[in-house]
Amino acid sequence: MSTKNHIQTLENESIFIMREVAAQFDKPVLLFSGGKDSITLAHLAKKAFYPAKIPFTFMHIDTGHNFQETIDFRDELIAELGVDLIVRYVQDSIDQNKVKEETGKYASRNSLQTVTLLDAIEEFGFDACLGGARRDEEKSRAKERIFSVRDDFGQWDAKKQRPELFQILNGKINFGENVRAFPISNWTEEDVWTYILQENLKLPSIYFAHQRKLVKRDGSFLAYSDYLNIVDTDEIVEDVVRFRTVGDMTCTAALISDADTVEKVLNENKASKHSERGARIDDQRSESALEQRKKGGYF
Amino acid sequence: MIKGVNLLWNNVKKEDIFKMDLLRISTAGSVDDGKSTLIGRLLYDTNALTKEQEQLIEKKTAEKGLKDLDFSVITDGLIAEREQGITIDVAHIYFSTRSRKFIIADSPGHVEYTRNMVTGASNAEVSIILIDARKGLLEQSYRHYFISQLLRLGTVVFCINKMDLVDYSEDTFLQIAADVKKMVDSYEFSKPNIEIIPISSLKGDNVVNTSENTPWYQGATLNDILHSISPSNKGDRAFRMDVQQVLHVQNEEFTDFRGFSGRISSGNIKIGDTLTVLPSGKSSTVKEIRQYENVLEEAHAGDSVIISLNDEVDASRGSLLVKPEEQPEASKSLDATLVWLNEDAAHLGGRYIIQAGSRQNQVKLQQIHYLTPPENPELKLESSKLELNDIAKVELRLAQAVFLDNYRENKANGTFILIDPQTNNTCAVGFVGS
Ligand SMILES: Nc1nc2c(ncn2[C@@H]2O[C@H](COP(=O)(O)OP(=O)(O)O)[C@@H](O)[C@H]2O)c(=O)[nH]1
Ligand SMILES: [Mg+2]
Repeated sequence: MSTKNHIQTLENESIFIMREVAAQFDKPVLLFSGGKDSITLAHLAKKAFYPAKIPFTFMHIDTGHNFQETIDFRDELIAELGVDLIVRYVQDSIDQNKVKEETGKYASRNSLQTVTLLDAIEEFGFDACLGGARRDEEKSRAKERIFSVRDDFGQWDAKKQRPELFQILNGKINFGENVRAFPISNWTEEDVWTYILQENLKLPSIYFAHQRKLVKRDGSFLAYSDYLNIVDTDEIVEDVVRFRTVGDMTCTAALISDADTVEKVLNENKASKHSERGARIDDQRSESALEQRKKGGYF
Repeated sequence: MIKGVNLLWNNVKKEDIFKMDLLRISTAGSVDDGKSTLIGRLLYDTNALTKEQEQLIEKKTAEKGLKDLDFSVITDGLIAEREQGITIDVAHIYFSTRSRKFIIADSPGHVEYTRNMVTGASNAEVSIILIDARKGLLEQSYRHYFISQLLRLGTVVFCINKMDLVDYSEDTFLQIAADVKKMVDSYEFSKPNIEIIPISSLKGDNVVNTSENTPWYQGATLNDILHSISPSNKGDRAFRMDVQQVLHVQNEEFTDFRGFSGRISSGNIKIGDTLTVLPSGKSSTVKEIRQYENVLEEAHAGDSVIISLNDEVDASRGSLLVKPEEQPEASKSLDATLVWLNEDAAHLGGRYIIQAGSRQNQVKLQQIHYLTPPENPELKLESSKLELNDIAKVELRLAQAVFLDNYRENKANGTFILIDPQTNNTCAVGFVGS
């Protein structure tokens, strides 16, 4: 009898889930943001089906406010994996008057993504979307299923989620519904970094310490960019930082850090005890921000 | 407050983190017995909370004007729940110490309790049952224990909570402990490993830190017990693997690759072993066991692998791989214990889809032998329908034979769910035999 460590157990479970998605759905898509969780997902997909090809199309909902490093990384990884990538732009939804650009100091396109995503799901007829959300990220995620059923409007209803028992995944859906599937539900941020260390995965450079021009606002640091509405009280500084999540440039806070390797990042995260969502300005707006956005079809 | 349990990772060697294992726990208790507080305490004292969570606890505690920390804000997550002050669904909580990662399924306790607990505990190896020291064993405690044993969890830890409210009385504790033992003996189940601990979640006694208020208690803390349990060994069971997909590959490197992907649910396998594919009954020997680029000599329960056979036998999603000498019985009739999980009741003669692993089949609810009220399973009530939270002994008729084991012998291949073909909802979970 072999004993497995926690990372091996999680990997085996995630691969099982990936294969269930491939087998149970006609048109699954893997939502790829270029962040560490979706990079982990992509790697798991490669391992789950090898020597066969990854049976999923990848899709990126591009807010137009991404870090250039993430976009470059995305394109390199897609080429390396040999999968198809669909990109849909929040800018297009804005131009079509489907959503309205936010204004003011905290303007962000993060919540506008939902509309672009739902339109893309409809455009291609995807019946399952694989995502890298984890239950440890936030309280309302803690109640998320591995297969989460959404209606036409992408809406999530906590009370209507199907019970999931043992390792049995029920992917049967009615016409017009689709499923969001979360293979790394049971991973924590630490598990993801440990896996990145174990598998020697490449990540976009912004995850590691680098020199950057910054905007100091409300006690946190944002990357300086043209997308940010700079106000009088903002202070422009320069420092060595890294990012813990790679969302939009407008709402992802930088950490002052000189951690330039995966091991150092793991150590520093553990020692700092701050959650990664603490680094997302949009989630701090209110205590239940994410739950509300999820009800509206947000990933 | 001692917070030294979860020492920072930089004091741990890189190799150590790859030696950690994983233990899944489920918690049970009636409303207000202190589940949320206990989980919060466990995380707080093992230093597993983030700064934001610690600040939130302090803020809420101050807002409510409490003198002890209010941990419930950590687990009572959704808006609807906070408004109503209840927990509506199974929440998953993660924490790790130096040697182990824990996943806690916190199931709320009220009307839908049975459904939530069965769901939350289905992947657990340990159940923590809370008992309020002031109240002792309640009807619900019987239900909680019954469900933990319907699932046949290997360890049940009874936490006698709120000991601070009974002046840490040894007599009170001993009386409740005696009642617990009596209850355990009154059920027909084979005895799990039982632990009984006097704790106060609110004050932190015997959760992570040994209490000075219970000098008469020589046993271990909850945290110590959770670290001493070894994850269950599914390796000594018969080999079972559901085929998830058949993969065909033809390229320069793999001129003609054909393999069955799946996760081994029980038992072991090695190169050269003979395997039988069910339902076809055709056999062949194992040519290759693959995990990504690695070709293995052998594989074990829990491994996601791709198995290639030496002969071209027919198999597809829905096939089960077994060893010829350990085949499960083929049957078109199934005796099982069902837990009904759906708001819509089931009626005699109702038709459903049964899913076991990746196998699906049509079934009919042929007979309801009797309902088993979990607080008093001896009662055996007659009924012609199954309502939410009912537990019943039933007979199912199948369109095609299924190859399931008795849950007692093989958990992984002894369970199934029922799906309502109209709504596609998961409406029941079943345990074969039991
Ligand atoms: N005095 C005392 N109160 C407790 C203890 N554990 C929980 N409580 C209180 O009991 C109430 C219900 O606790 P909670 O954790 O929300 O219970 P749950 O419904 O099982 O999750 C809260 O007011 C807690 O502060 C304990 O050990 N001692
Ligand atoms: Mg609670």
